[in-house]
Amino acid sequence: MMERSDLLATAAAVLVGLVLMFGLPLYADPFQVMQLTLYVVLAIFALSLAFVWGVGGILCFGQGAFFGLGGYAFAIAAINFGDTTGACALALLVPALAAAALGYFMFYGRLNDVYLGVVTMVFSLIIWKLINSTAGPEWHIGAARLGGFNGIPSIPPLNVPGRPSDQLDPLQIFQLALGLLIAVYVVMKILKSSHYGRVAIAVRENETRAALLGYDVRFVKLLVFTFGGMIAGMAGGLYATYQAFIDPNVFSLEMSAKVLIWVMAGGLSTFLGPIVACIGLQYVALYLAENTVVNSQVVLGGILCVLVLALPSGIIPALQDLAHWSIGRIRIAFRARSEVALQDGAA
Amino acid sequence: MFSLVVMIEVLRAAAGLVLISTGLMIIFGMMRVINIAHGEFLMLGGYTVVMAGKAGVNPWLAMLVLAPLVVGLFGVLVERLFIRFFYGRMIDTLLATWGLSLFLMGMVTVLFGNTVTGVSVSLGSVDVGGLRVSGYSFFLIAVAAIILIATYLVLRHTKLGLVARGTMQNPGMAAALKINPSVVYMATFGIGSALTGLAGALLAPITGVVPTMGVAFVAQAFITVIAGGPAIITGTISAAGLLGSVSQLTTFATTPVVGDVALLFVAVVLLRILPNGITGKFFRRSI
Repeated sequence: MMERSDLLATAAAVLVGLVLMFGLPLYADPFQVMQLTLYVVLAIFALSLAFVWGVGGILCFGQGAFFGLGGYAFAIAAINFGDTTGACALALLVPALAAAALGYFMFYGRLNDVYLGVVTMVFSLIIWKLINSTAGPEWHIGAARLGGFNGIPSIPPLNVPGRPSDQLDPLQIFQLALGLLIAVYVVMKILKSSHYGRVAIAVRENETRAALLGYDVRFVKLLVFTFGGMIAGMAGGLYATYQAFIDPNVFSLEMSAKVLIWVMAGGLSTFLGPIVACIGLQYVALYLAENTVVNSQVVLGGILCVLVLALPSGIIPALQDLAHWSIGRIRIAFRARSEVALQDGAA
Repeated sequence: MFSLVVMIEVLRAAAGLVLISTGLMIIFGMMRVINIAHGEFLMLGGYTVVMAGKAGVNPWLAMLVLAPLVVGLFGVLVERLFIRFFYGRMIDTLLATWGLSLFLMGMVTVLFGNTVTGVSVSLGSVDVGGLRVSGYSFFLIAVAAIILIATYLVLRHTKLGLVARGTMQNPGMAAALKINPSVVYMATFGIGSALTGLAGALLAPITGVVPTMGVAFVAQAFITVIAGGPAIITGTISAAGLLGSVSQLTTFATTPVVGDVALLFVAVVLLRILPNGITGKFFRRSI
């Protein structure tokens, strides 16, 4: 069960989210709200890795693969069915199955951290290569042409389940995405403090000890990894429907690097941190890339290097420490002054 | 005769894998430094040849001497300024070198543009029973063999190799024997980088030089070294031989992309069966 302070913080975060979800479409500029949708979708993606890495201790370098699989599954299914209900289900199912299959080979082969990182990265690269080479018209699934490096254009927007003609407008998609973000956040919080979450954390902290206590380490990791893959796929599906377009760059190393940076910067131990870091760093990267000669890769790479070198625990935990430290200093200073005053009074 | 050509092509694929993974087998296999920027070191080797070509340097000189020298020195620089802070922290090394990889790729794109530059060196072609095989294939196979033999001889039969292997096994003991581990690490990383630069330069005429050329190789290089296992030279030979045949034979039957997929699929299945790589189970006493 959650601790009281944690419960309060979660409730506050959910409240802020709900206020934004219903308030922004009423009061903010519609165009800006639409743009915010992208950040919300990417925040869900950030949460997927925050869970896999932060709770399960599985360093996945190819989280972008599941994001992309979700997006492609949604795009292909939506174009074929003409209705997005089944597409939504496939956007969750395909990445989850892919994660389960890859996870089976990795965890049941007992690969350790570093090999895990490399194998997940290789997995993502191979899909990237594969999809990139499907440019010709002979590559199609049903009515959907894969398009290779050109991507898949004109992906239909989401519709009300079962009613293909009732399409959601962009503001409703924003509300849906934010609603899903809140839901994923709450579910992850609950999972983390549940029995299963604690077992996963025990496995992360000490695999041998958890195994000796009778837990099947491989299965626990597989579950965490599959769940993370599914959430990444959900974000990918939303991304595809929001952009109405998807290309193989979702499988690129840059995509997987970005999400890793958000989680690192936000702090591994939290869920709120990665969301804040994702939105903040996306703004920074966009601003820097628009206003300077350097491109986004230089910015991303630079941020990653500096983070690992200077702030391995993350920007937001470092800021928290700084805040605690300065409050402590102010208290000490205050106490010292009052002691001086007392001594003066005594003298 | 067709089967002979297939065999030469399989050998060439294996030689390619050996080339791209020898530098990594030293940096990752021996030093346990996961260098995700390995692909970008290859790319820098390619760009060294391009730049040297523009300056009018003989392409062979640029490929065989200049590229390893430049990338080796760059490796030493990177090790001193960056990598050495991460020894023993594998996960941080991964993240840091990934940052380095993106940074280098971005920088080269800014400086040289995102275009493919060709490098042309010609060795003609050789007639194999009516079929023509590029002379460059034989050259690559020969260089890969020379690199493997030279690395083996240095590691096994010279003091330098002994010092390097000893330091990687137990830096504290090496330091007690008046060897400065920090210098050994720097030199080893430099040599690994130089071999990587050489490989990048040698592959440049085949693939062309682009800022993203490293991405195409990094996965294969890592998979080869990991599938090879702890004995670095025997491991690299056996893994490159196995994976090279799989990818090349599949490529003949289908397309190069399917060949790549087959390579990675076989490697992942291999790791499921032999989690410590080929030499974790077989040839355990070799280097």
